[in-house]
Amino acid sequence: MTRTQPLTTTQPVTMAQALNRALRDAMAADERVLMFGEDVGALGGVFRITDGLAAQFGPQRCFDTPLAEAGIVGFAVGMAMYGFRPVIEMQFDAFAYPAFEQVFSHVAKMGSRTAGRVRLPMVLRVPTGGGIGAVEHHADSGEAYYAHTAGLKVLTPSTPADAYHLLRAAIEDPDPVVVLEPKKLYWARGPLDAPAQPAGLGGAVVRRPGRDVTVVTYGVTVPLALEAADLAQAQDIDLEVVDLRALVPFDDETLVASVRRTGRCVVVHEAQGFAGMGAEIAARLQERCFHSLAAPVLRVTGLDVPYPAPRLEHHHRPDVARILQAIGRLQWDDQPDVHHLGGFPPSTPAPSSAAPMPDTRASVPAPAAPLMAPTPEPAARTDPPVTVGVSAVAR
Amino acid sequence: MERLKEAYRAMVLARRFDAQAMALAKQGRIAAYPSSLGQEACQISVAFALRPTDWLFPTYRDGNALLTRGIDPLDVLVPVRGYQHCGYDPYVHRCAPMATPLATQALHGAGLATAARCRGEDTVALVLLGDGATSEGDFHEALTFAGVFRAPVVFVIQNNQFAISVPRARQSAAPTLAHKGIGYGIAAEQADGNDVLAVLAVLDEAVAQAREGGGPRLVELHTYRMGPHTSTDDPGRYREAALTESWRRRDPIDRLAAYLRRHGGLDDAAQAGLDLDADALAATVRAGVATPPVVAPTEVIDHVYAAPPRSLAEQRAALVAELAASDVAERGTR
Repeated sequence: MTRTQPLTTTQPVTMAQALNRALRDAMAADERVLMFGEDVGALGGVFRITDGLAAQFGPQRCFDTPLAEAGIVGFAVGMAMYGFRPVIEMQFDAFAYPAFEQVFSHVAKMGSRTAGRVRLPMVLRVPTGGGIGAVEHHADSGEAYYAHTAGLKVLTPSTPADAYHLLRAAIEDPDPVVVLEPKKLYWARGPLDAPAQPAGLGGAVVRRPGRDVTVVTYGVTVPLALEAADLAQAQDIDLEVVDLRALVPFDDETLVASVRRTGRCVVVHEAQGFAGMGAEIAARLQERCFHSLAAPVLRVTGLDVPYPAPRLEHHHRPDVARILQAIGRLQWDDQPDVHHLGGFPPSTPAPSSAAPMPDTRASVPAPAAPLMAPTPEPAARTDPPVTVGVSAVAR
Repeated sequence: MERLKEAYRAMVLARRFDAQAMALAKQGRIAAYPSSLGQEACQISVAFALRPTDWLFPTYRDGNALLTRGIDPLDVLVPVRGYQHCGYDPYVHRCAPMATPLATQALHGAGLATAARCRGEDTVALVLLGDGATSEGDFHEALTFAGVFRAPVVFVIQNNQFAISVPRARQSAAPTLAHKGIGYGIAAEQADGNDVLAVLAVLDEAVAQAREGGGPRLVELHTYRMGPHTSTDDPGRYREAALTESWRRRDPIDRLAAYLRRHGGLDDAAQAGLDLDADALAATVRAGVATPPVVAPTEVIDHVYAAPPRSLAEQRAALVAELAASDVAERGTR
């Protein structure tokens, strides 16, 4: 990787600043790198990720396009075919959908279609996910669509340092790369010059080593997993948090090594669960770690709903309580997990698969402390839990 | 006159190539083939109008444009022969892969033309489209981008009157498809697509002004798809034979032959020589199709990424092991 100057920032920076710095450095290092999309020029992008690039590099290298996402992607394909390395911004997750045909039928397939004669070194930056109180169509998590599409690489950072290094690596990669930028973390601060491990395409990182459970996650839910790990520690449950960073290529090695050690795994992501990344991860783990697993791999995901209105989004998004609840269901007492075994109690409305569920079946012995202590009826969730104790939510 | 004689030769060869491919498709020797019978004047003219340094963005029905561009006929047919999705190196011939999703390649042409201009080159991109493709969103976006960035790109619509079975009138209420250029601030014109002199004149001018910095151009060529959509189609279900007959009287090859004969550019001996060359081309195609290439099965994996990620490398190893076990590896896929 060519850098114009060493990364000497000692002050914590936001992820937005780190991404901006990555673009700035990449454009300075390689004049073939272009940045274009909607509002990325004079405005600097609606999230200011491209702030100052047009001024520094000129309108030939950072420029606004017509408001047409398929156009942006298709135009970038043509420019990449002719020697440029376009970085394009989709502005918002759900606004990337008009470009799907270009992404799926051309960007992802060009290598296959031309027997490897044409490569498309281009980067699609997609501000992704919810948790920022945005109106509809501004909070989708579309990683499964991209990850399902052979020919793409898919990255998603959770720290400013990773955001910098992953974006630089994406720009230098010979293949098309989708970088999903968690909007909620744009303003989270962290050091820029100290990645826990070198971020590359395909390298997961252990954010927090632990003994008892592997919590696998990526992007916006990484801080949640770390928070859950702190809370679980108080209950003497030691969580290992693995941040995938790259969904494609997938780092089986790091994940398998962790799960073979801990024997238990919970996958956390904000996207709806059905046919999502969590399903792929759970399948891969049971294929590779079956004899190491003490419990089924559980998923804590968004509900299987279109992204809700902003006042209700906290009901949809995974939170620390749901992560800890899943931890509690990992068959610590060697008893079967009743969650999927029977009907729901008639007195309570059927909760969704991810919602807290009381155990009122007399036939199932009350599990032992600490994580399986009897639980009160879950109240309707109205606000994000502020403080969560493990025993209060475990079931 | 010399250029028209060359054009005539190219059209005769194109028609023979198309007829041979259609016959092979009907015999089940190649996959469903999209014939361009009747569109020869359009097909050969785009190749005639471009320099070797220019780029062509064809659709699946533009095999004769590729043939005229100089691509090996057997390579042109590779997608329907079934070994790869594109049988030629796009960088060698400056031809993008034939696009099957409609109008998507128009954006690639606009982007590549802009990239070439950014590099200070005078390269022009020529994008081929059908009448149906003008209803697609990507057509609209391509003209939008080309107009805004003044890309040196020429969009050529071969209006062959039918998008599979749906007639031109069902695609747009616009009086002509060339009218669509107005909304994007793009100069547009139309020509008789079965009159090779008109087509060459219009394309020469459009390419020249794009090369000179005049911005994009939209050209509608009125022609007719004499054959079915593909070898599996049945035009009898959706169009009158009388309509097809009326277009047969405007056949582009017959018209140019008549012109050439009247002006001393063609005689029986020259025609006989051309027919022999066309027969030789057809024989080459038949022999080539009968002699399939050996393609390593691992090619389905090897080109997806510059280097396969580990999970895909594992699948490749499994495929190799599977082939070794069934002893197919040495023979390849035939």
